[in-house]
Amino acid sequence: MAVVSREARVSRAPAVKLSLNRIMLWVVGLGVTALVVWRIAGTAALGLYGPDVWLMQTLNGLVQGSMYALVALGYTMVYGILLMINFAHGEIFMIGAMSGYFVLNGFHQSGFLASNPVPALLITFIVGMGVPPIVGVLLERIAYRPLRRAPRLVPLICAIGASFFLQQAVRLLFGIRTKVYPTVAVLSGSWTITVGEREMRIQHMSVLIIVITIVLMVALYLLVRKTKIGKAMRAVAEDKEAAALMGIDVDQVIMVTFAIGAILAGAAGVMWGLWYKQVIHTVGFIPGIKAFTAAVLGGIGNIPGAMLGGLFLGFVEAIAPTALDISTQLKDVISFGLLVIVLIFRPSGILGEVLTGKKA
Amino acid sequence: MNLLSVVRAGIRSGLIVGVIAIFIVLIGMVQTFAKRYLTGEITLGMVILLAFGLVAGVLAARQVAKSSPRLGHKVLAAAISGLITGVMLAALLLVVSQVSLRDVLVNATPEMVAALSFGLPLSGAAVMLMGMSVATAVIAVLYGLVPPRLRRALLEGIMAVILIGLFWEAIIGLDVSRLVMNFLGVKAGKVLPLPGGIGLLGVVSLVTYLLRMRPRPETAVVRQRHRTAWRYVSLVLIAGAMAALPFAVGLFWSQTLTTIGLFTLMGLGLNIVVGMAGLLDLGYVAFYAIGAYAMALFSSPASSLGLGLPFWVALPIALVFAAISGILLGIPVLRLRGDYLAIVTLGFGEIIRVLALSDVLKPYIGGPQGIMETPPPYFFGTQLSDPRYLYYLILAACLVVVFISLRLNDSRIGRAWIAVREDEDVAQAMGINLVAAKLMAFAIGASFAGVGGAIFAARQGAIFPMDFTLFVSINVLCLIIIGGMGSIPGVITGAFFLIGLPEVLREVDEYRILAYGAGLVIMMLVRPEGLIPSARRRLELREEEAEEGVADVAR
Repeated sequence: MAVVSREARVSRAPAVKLSLNRIMLWVVGLGVTALVVWRIAGTAALGLYGPDVWLMQTLNGLVQGSMYALVALGYTMVYGILLMINFAHGEIFMIGAMSGYFVLNGFHQSGFLASNPVPALLITFIVGMGVPPIVGVLLERIAYRPLRRAPRLVPLICAIGASFFLQQAVRLLFGIRTKVYPTVAVLSGSWTITVGEREMRIQHMSVLIIVITIVLMVALYLLVRKTKIGKAMRAVAEDKEAAALMGIDVDQVIMVTFAIGAILAGAAGVMWGLWYKQVIHTVGFIPGIKAFTAAVLGGIGNIPGAMLGGLFLGFVEAIAPTALDISTQLKDVISFGLLVIVLIFRPSGILGEVLTGKKA
Repeated sequence: MNLLSVVRAGIRSGLIVGVIAIFIVLIGMVQTFAKRYLTGEITLGMVILLAFGLVAGVLAARQVAKSSPRLGHKVLAAAISGLITGVMLAALLLVVSQVSLRDVLVNATPEMVAALSFGLPLSGAAVMLMGMSVATAVIAVLYGLVPPRLRRALLEGIMAVILIGLFWEAIIGLDVSRLVMNFLGVKAGKVLPLPGGIGLLGVVSLVTYLLRMRPRPETAVVRQRHRTAWRYVSLVLIAGAMAALPFAVGLFWSQTLTTIGLFTLMGLGLNIVVGMAGLLDLGYVAFYAIGAYAMALFSSPASSLGLGLPFWVALPIALVFAAISGILLGIPVLRLRGDYLAIVTLGFGEIIRVLALSDVLKPYIGGPQGIMETPPPYFFGTQLSDPRYLYYLILAACLVVVFISLRLNDSRIGRAWIAVREDEDVAQAMGINLVAAKLMAFAIGASFAGVGGAIFAARQGAIFPMDFTLFVSINVLCLIIIGGMGSIPGVITGAFFLIGLPEVLREVDEYRILAYGAGLVIMMLVRPEGLIPSARRRLELREEEAEEGVADVAR
């Protein structure tokens, strides 16, 4: 179900003459691998952490990874169709988190959240997933559509501008203050299980996030595979001109793609708010880049790849600082480092098909 | 064209402008700028409010003009459009004054109500907003009837009043204006007085009107000769002005000028990477940071190295460090193009900042505390800590960099970069060594930023990781894009506008990044080649105007 255009599937152009460079890269790569193995072995030998710690970190990684995966889907679908990075997608995610905050906070203050938590949460998710597609579609209509035939740097720069514009618009409209999601009583509990000799707590929230993510992913899968619009999306990704000749309204399909991406990002935004509690206008920036990293990890343009890449990245981020015994301050360095390494050694990602230089 | 479609066009443009107007009011622009007096009692806030009606009128008239030349239709559409914008603003005013929205919209305050209602009672204010909007919309259309030369002259007069009124405080604060005022024995108030404003409008309009009457030289040869002569004259004038600038404008503005100069340095460097070689680098601040940290490490006695080398020794070291880091970043990203490169470099910039902040490197580069006690540069025994002297150092650096850029522009490597930017495969087929060309671009671009960073460290005396945020990269990117990618005068103009303007208008600082974002989007949509494009760039992006461009290149 790869949403990758057909031209992109041509086998790699004859290797660019970079042999010395190649060798250097491999030396660097092997060095990094050796270092990682050595650090992991060192940590394992010390045996500081029991299985409960690793399980806990895995769970945290899955939760984090679910959010990355949902955002990454938006990047990957847009890339699959337009071959452009929707740089403002992180901001769409932030708008979802913000809209969710205002609804949930309103319910909290009116007491509705305490009396009817389930409908309140449901409405929060609906609004949090309903506002971002409006912004996403407007963005596409105003900023991206006129540039569809422009040189590639032009829409990218436009997207960067749009990203800063959206971020600052939210700051100026709703204030610079950090917004704190109210605590939801039903979700703040946890189950306790015993792992090895120690007890470990599984928060209800983490399970909810993972379940919602799975539901959304299955829904997306069904949409792309089984519905008419999904078929149209795949057709447009394959070949815009031919799709147009077959009577597909390409503009509409692109709009729907943006909307779906934004809905998923909005859901991730609300989850982010519920999980980390704090949202601010810049909250979309780092997750945005991370999600892009996840999309690249999985193979950009590839929907299951983005899901897998997101979960993998979340997992690595949660496990790596403990496993390598380094400061969590360097979490971001690890994921960006991972991005660079993947782009160098396998730019097509885990599930991606080999792209020609033109597309990669 | 029937009346119905005229009405529809009016409603459409009115709604669009109304939404934009509400957005601008809600982000607090009108109330913020209501404190900025232009001339007499007229504030920038009022001008913004008036502008909504004007824009609504022009937009509607433009839409109608496509299909109907009749003035009546245009006026009708403009009036409807203005009315709708006015109604939306009035509705906003009523809602904000009656319902407390402050919990959600931080700017929906009594101040906003005051700025929108000019102290009138609510109902009166609402009617006035609508009336004003309709009137300005109609005036905007009728203004099109004025003969073009007079129209442009008047417009330039109004622009002059707005600009001078806006910068009045800055202008009278300059050392040179103080001298003139002392000489004339006059005292200037904080606001340009209204008679002065009207006088200025008249004078500027008259002058520009008369200037346009001058008959143009006939033949191309004569025109060419005039142009060359004019170029030399302006070059001499600019050189003289540049040399005298710091002492004419005083200490504070010299400091601003040094900032502009540093950004020009970075802009010219990024211009090579992005503008010429087409490698979109969003982590450019990393090289600036590396230059600054290298300078601080080697020249500060308080750093972990504690060498305390003089500025002139540390400067080349910083340059080399930045260039090497440019190459090191370049090697892994050589095979990536466009979009991927942007993200990787963005990540690289963040990594450098995170590393600078982290505990891991704290013993060496100080973590969040940064490095203190970087000494100022000396020049033959003179300490250049005064920004007025430092200005000359930065000016010299800029001139060197401009010279290098100009020479590179037409050099073999410069043309190789442009070829790579246009099509890597074709460039390679033409025998260009892609690796060498790209690494060269990264190294040269990085070394310019490194020099900028080094001078920055010496100017500040102390550097912190907080000085090197992503925002610096975006700032530099904006100034080269708005100025014109690949164009050296464009970069300098961009630096003056984007760095200088917010220093002069402090309130603008609040809206700075928003404006940058909007600026990038609008530039890409309307004028992707920038304000002052290079001839080649214009040719690429505006094929329909190619003929003119070809003539330019041929010259």
